[in-house]
Amino acid sequence: MSLLKVRNLGVQFQTNDGIVSAVNGVNFELERGQTLGIVGESGSGKSQTVLALMGLLAKNGQTNGEALYKGQNLLSMSAKELNGIRGDRLSMIFQDPMTSLNPYLTVERQMTEVLELHKGMTRREAKKRAIELLEAVRIPEAARRIDMYPHEFSGGMRQRVMIAMALLCEPEVLIADEPTTALDVTVQAQILQLLKDLQRDFGTAIVMITHDLGVVAGLCEKVLVMYGGRVMEQGDADSLFYRASHPYTIGLLGALPRLDHDGSELVSIPGNPPNMAQPPKGCPFAERCSHVSNRCATELPPLMPAEHDGRVLRACHKSAHELIDIREVAHA
Amino acid sequence: MFKAKQSTLADTLSANLAAAPVEGRSPWRDARERFLRNKAAVASLVILVLITLACVFGPMFLPHTYSDTDWDAMSMAPTAQSWHLFGTDELGRDLLVRCLIGGRISLMVGFLATLSSVTVGIVWGATAGFLGGKVDTVMMRLVDMMYAVPYLLIAILMVTLLGREFYLVVLTITVFSWMDMARVVRGQTLSIKSKEYIEAARAIGVSTSSIIFRHVVPNLLGIVVIYTTVTVPGVILTESVLSFLGLGVQEPMTSWGVLIQDGTGVMESTPWILLFPAGLLSVTLYCANYIGDGMRDALDPKDR
Amino acid sequence: MPDHAQQPLLSVRNVKVHFQVKNSNAWPWTPKKTLKAVDGVSFDLYPGETLGVVGESGCGKSTLSRAILNLIPATGGEIVWMGRDLRRGSDQDWLHVRKDIQMIFQDPLASLNPRMTVAQIIGEPLRVHRPELSADEVMKRVKAMMAKVGLREQMINRYPHEFSGGQCQRIGIARALILEPKLIICDEPVSALDVSIQAQIINLLKALQREMGLALIFIAHDLAVVKHISDRILVMYLGREMELAEKQALYARPSHPYTRALLSAIPIPDPRLEKNKQIQILQGDLPSPINPPSGCVFRTRCPQAQERCAQEVPVLKSLGGGTHSSCLLAQA
Repeated sequence: MSLLKVRNLGVQFQTNDGIVSAVNGVNFELERGQTLGIVGESGSGKSQTVLALMGLLAKNGQTNGEALYKGQNLLSMSAKELNGIRGDRLSMIFQDPMTSLNPYLTVERQMTEVLELHKGMTRREAKKRAIELLEAVRIPEAARRIDMYPHEFSGGMRQRVMIAMALLCEPEVLIADEPTTALDVTVQAQILQLLKDLQRDFGTAIVMITHDLGVVAGLCEKVLVMYGGRVMEQGDADSLFYRASHPYTIGLLGALPRLDHDGSELVSIPGNPPNMAQPPKGCPFAERCSHVSNRCATELPPLMPAEHDGRVLRACHKSAHELIDIREVAHA
Repeated sequence: MFKAKQSTLADTLSANLAAAPVEGRSPWRDARERFLRNKAAVASLVILVLITLACVFGPMFLPHTYSDTDWDAMSMAPTAQSWHLFGTDELGRDLLVRCLIGGRISLMVGFLATLSSVTVGIVWGATAGFLGGKVDTVMMRLVDMMYAVPYLLIAILMVTLLGREFYLVVLTITVFSWMDMARVVRGQTLSIKSKEYIEAARAIGVSTSSIIFRHVVPNLLGIVVIYTTVTVPGVILTESVLSFLGLGVQEPMTSWGVLIQDGTGVMESTPWILLFPAGLLSVTLYCANYIGDGMRDALDPKDR
Repeated sequence: MPDHAQQPLLSVRNVKVHFQVKNSNAWPWTPKKTLKAVDGVSFDLYPGETLGVVGESGCGKSTLSRAILNLIPATGGEIVWMGRDLRRGSDQDWLHVRKDIQMIFQDPLASLNPRMTVAQIIGEPLRVHRPELSADEVMKRVKAMMAKVGLREQMINRYPHEFSGGQCQRIGIARALILEPKLIICDEPVSALDVSIQAQIINLLKALQREMGLALIFIAHDLAVVKHISDRILVMYLGREMELAEKQALYARPSHPYTRALLSAIPIPDPRLEKNKQIQILQGDLPSPINPPSGCVFRTRCPQAQERCAQEVPVLKSLGGGTHSSCLLAQA
């Protein structure tokens, strides 16, 4: 049985302008120790997907479909049942660590509280465990620093504290929502290295939400590319990076400034992201797609196994072979 | 035939739409729409406008004046007889007319004192905020000092020395109610000053006066409008308090505060003399507060 | 293509921006400390050239750009614009210079006044510097500029909040270009934008640069973005210059250990390369700019630091081929 199995997940928000569908028909499975990357731009629904799993949607949000954690549906659980799982078996780290750390409590109090609650440890045991974890995330002088307040840490250190907190109960799934976006590149490199090491040592499964395909390449085995609240393409990292078969994935890879190519022109994707309050009837990417046909504007392409590789799912009317060929010709 | 015509019409229409500049939705227009969606605020606005109109024009259509005595009707309960709809007081004066005339004074004091205190507050706060540094420190310490002055004492002193005059009431209220606005405006000015669009304007080479009038002031207006609507009920209430303490306008001229004070003396025998002006004042204050809330929600949707 | 035989457009000589900062819990009479945000930076910029300025948060790159425009006054050095030292210039001189040097900001929405229409925003520089133009003429030029940056003419009466981030940045670019300046300082113009929009803006800037012969100073926090737009690149750390080199040389043979660390920290969107690459992780945190390390400021985190690095203050020296490095150990 998969650790986490998400089937046909949808998220809607009730707003002044009517119902807005932020996420539609997301499916994925996560095994122990695996890393899944969810890639997308702002408004693609990538964050709402995981917030829904954690039961952290805004008040006007509702979900459909199911998200099975070891066979139990997270979406239909009561808050009390969910509290028994999140923070313990499933934990999450956020983009801005300052918003999820309480500025008026020391790091020690915030960490021990979790252990006392979920593990029934005494304060003394909990503190010992907390120091071990701060050492595991390589915070120097952990025993001294644990009594400091969050604002006394630098941005990178704060993110380490967040990771240590997320790992307190040795969760089986760690959900990381753009954990390095607010950080400098050298600090990002430190944090990513840390996540890799921790995964190796603890065997935690990671869901990594990011807009950066580079981060995904280094960390993830499976990738899910989202746009306009829908999955465009999903599959193994290797197939997606080397044989991208969806125009959006191809576009993203071309638009990315990268060091391993010469400094020639970037291939930009024209246009702007769709307005989610009035989603297009057909493919959400149709308006910006360079391979668009009449069918794309009116008919939503279903997410189906690709012709070239059965393990890859893609939502596009155009044949995968054609797109891959075009790309390979362009590269050669 | 008809169908064809319709489709050409639609075509020209959509063609026009594509070519003509789209009218932008200014932040003010958005705010107005949000305000109009707020039913309590709109209802309050309607009630307040009706009360104001009644106060301004009502006395012209009624057969009594605010100072004439009706010798046939003293301390009379509300009745339709000879139009004493709110009854009369112990001197036989028609209470409806007195309430409306009193409302004129109360609302006028509210309006004028708010206007003057808001003006002083904006000028003071904006100057302190722009200039910053030592000027700012000195100006804001003065504001702090003003908060420490016991205003009733000064009000009593001013009235005893200079007499009970309408303008004095306005002046007294102004002197003691501009500081809130000054603080708010200063804070807002400081935050606008640090915005990137101000830096962009400086980088372009826009002069300081242009920055103030084109970039800072329009962005201050939202908070000023919100704060003004919140100030009005406070000022009307202060006027009533002063009148209640006998520091308001001179008899036979009247205001809601004066009427309430008259009414409290006889509330056991002739309660309507208290109830009508008190009711009017309460309704007005409620409406003003609801409008203020509505304004805040409309102009500041994020900071709720 | 930049022509180095010409007189430089802009010469920055040993520019310093020092701030006096008060310790928050000090007595009023305790002496203030000096925060050296920019400490002795020099470079030349030639007409039509793009200089990339790269460094992590706190390196002084934004302060430097504002010092060039006198938005933050420099406390030392010379800023020579077409042969004239601006630091000794009058307000009138500055007004004149501001016609020729314009700026694009990081946060596209925040840099536009929310209560002005697009027409007013783009037209404002004309109003200031060309008051003799009629309203019709201003409108004509605004429309022409909107077409040039890819904004539809119908948008002219709209307000900034009705646009997406990428469109707001186009408005900012139109505002900067309407006076036909010689130099545009771009302060992280794409870091707040989504990847697909980033490429649009970078390509737009490159196209406009070719068309109008602009010089650009392009500030960014990572080396991947500037690779696609810069001719030369300046790497800063803690207010000082680390390396200044031609683009090809810098990416192929980085001479400074900090440049190498920055390069290796950028994730490459290629799973095989990224998973197997050797990352040179920088240890520790950025030192405080109030209390910088002695000698070379990078030595506390430098993998090659020697004893001599703590004693000798390095100066930027030429290594030939246009490469300048401030590493004491770098060899020509």
